[in-house]
Amino acid sequence: MEHKLPDLPYPKDALAPLISAETIDYHYGKHHQAYVNNVNKLIVGTEYANMALEDIIRKAGGDIFNNAAQVFNHTFYWNCLKPGGGGQPSGGLEAALEESFGGVETFKEVFIKTAVIWFGSGWVWLIQKSSGGLDILAGPNACCPVAEGYRPLLTCDVWEHAYYIDYRNARPKYVEAFWSLINWDFVQKNLG
Amino acid sequence: MTHILPKLAYSYDALEPYIDTQTMTIHHSKHHQAYVNNLNAALEKYPELQKMSAEELIRNLGQVPEDIHMAVRNNGGGHVNHTFFWEILRKGSPSRGEVIDAINDKFGGFHAFKEQFSKAAAARFGSGWGWLVVDNGNLEVMSTPNQDSPLTIGKTPILGIDVWEHAYYLKYQNRRPEYIEAFFNVINWEKVNSLYLQAKKASVAA
Repeated sequence: MEHKLPDLPYPKDALAPLISAETIDYHYGKHHQAYVNNVNKLIVGTEYANMALEDIIRKAGGDIFNNAAQVFNHTFYWNCLKPGGGGQPSGGLEAALEESFGGVETFKEVFIKTAVIWFGSGWVWLIQKSSGGLDILAGPNACCPVAEGYRPLLTCDVWEHAYYIDYRNARPKYVEAFWSLINWDFVQKNLG
Repeated sequence: MTHILPKLAYSYDALEPYIDTQTMTIHHSKHHQAYVNNLNAALEKYPELQKMSAEELIRNLGQVPEDIHMAVRNNGGGHVNHTFFWEILRKGSPSRGEVIDAINDKFGGFHAFKEQFSKAAAARFGSGWGWLVVDNGNLEVMSTPNQDSPLTIGKTPILGIDVWEHAYYLKYQNRRPEYIEAFFNVINWEKVNSLYLQAKKASVAA
């Protein structure tokens, strides 16, 4: 089956000035699109040709995994953000964060610190384990919780292409901006 | 000893238009500086290790204590790789010398080498480096993730291209292959040649 670049959930200038339209142009229009194109090209004539994206991520390795996971990760990332986002997690999510991290503030500190110090290209996730507990998962390149059997709740892309146009080497500033754009309703909805 | 950011042998605009001034400025004064600072911070509690050069640390990573192993691998590697990178860049250096003969012999012509090197650099998924190394006297193309250095596995780099996005994003954005193509205009072949001869001599001596 052909994988498609999903529509952005908001106009490309909607996150400006924190994440600029130019960044989205490249990040969504070029990088995300390239992962979609690559996965479509790579699966032709393989056992993955008719598989759903998440099944490919669970089963494939190498280039096919990298590109499939990057398609999933970026779609998920766009949904984690919204114009006028931010605020505080509430309800069941707040309770789950309190139980697993001892409080929303502690979770925030750990998540931000993990995203700031992750070395090289990668992703930082808030995930839910099969036991129901929440945890932070950080990994290189196309790191994807789906491959590890975890339920993804929130993600921050720390590849330099996510922030270099707007923040250059200042990753902490980008992570702070990311935090203030989080769509907590989406995160809550992902909770099992 | 305290590790310090080396001065460049040329100005930030010397590699224009292939590598732009702004990229060079941030790459050297921010990224490289951060590796140096973080390496010094990691070594603070280990006066013995402070006596070693960054290159010695990277060659002997196995001897670095567990609690600072990753910090030294990443930041020591970042320091060594960038110091090396600045030295093998120069505009207008003709591709000649024994290294070119060796490349032609090994890869079946310069074009074939360029293709193999470019492919290795383009295919490195995520942040990392593409390399031409000398391994037991033989030339080899390889790549490493993040700031891992061929020195750690006993290979001697004589040419390297930084393919972290920070090395090219301001000018080339997602077009890494264009950056790799441009890189071939700013290789300091005189330096690469001398590194090649040095590595060759060392492998004969060993």
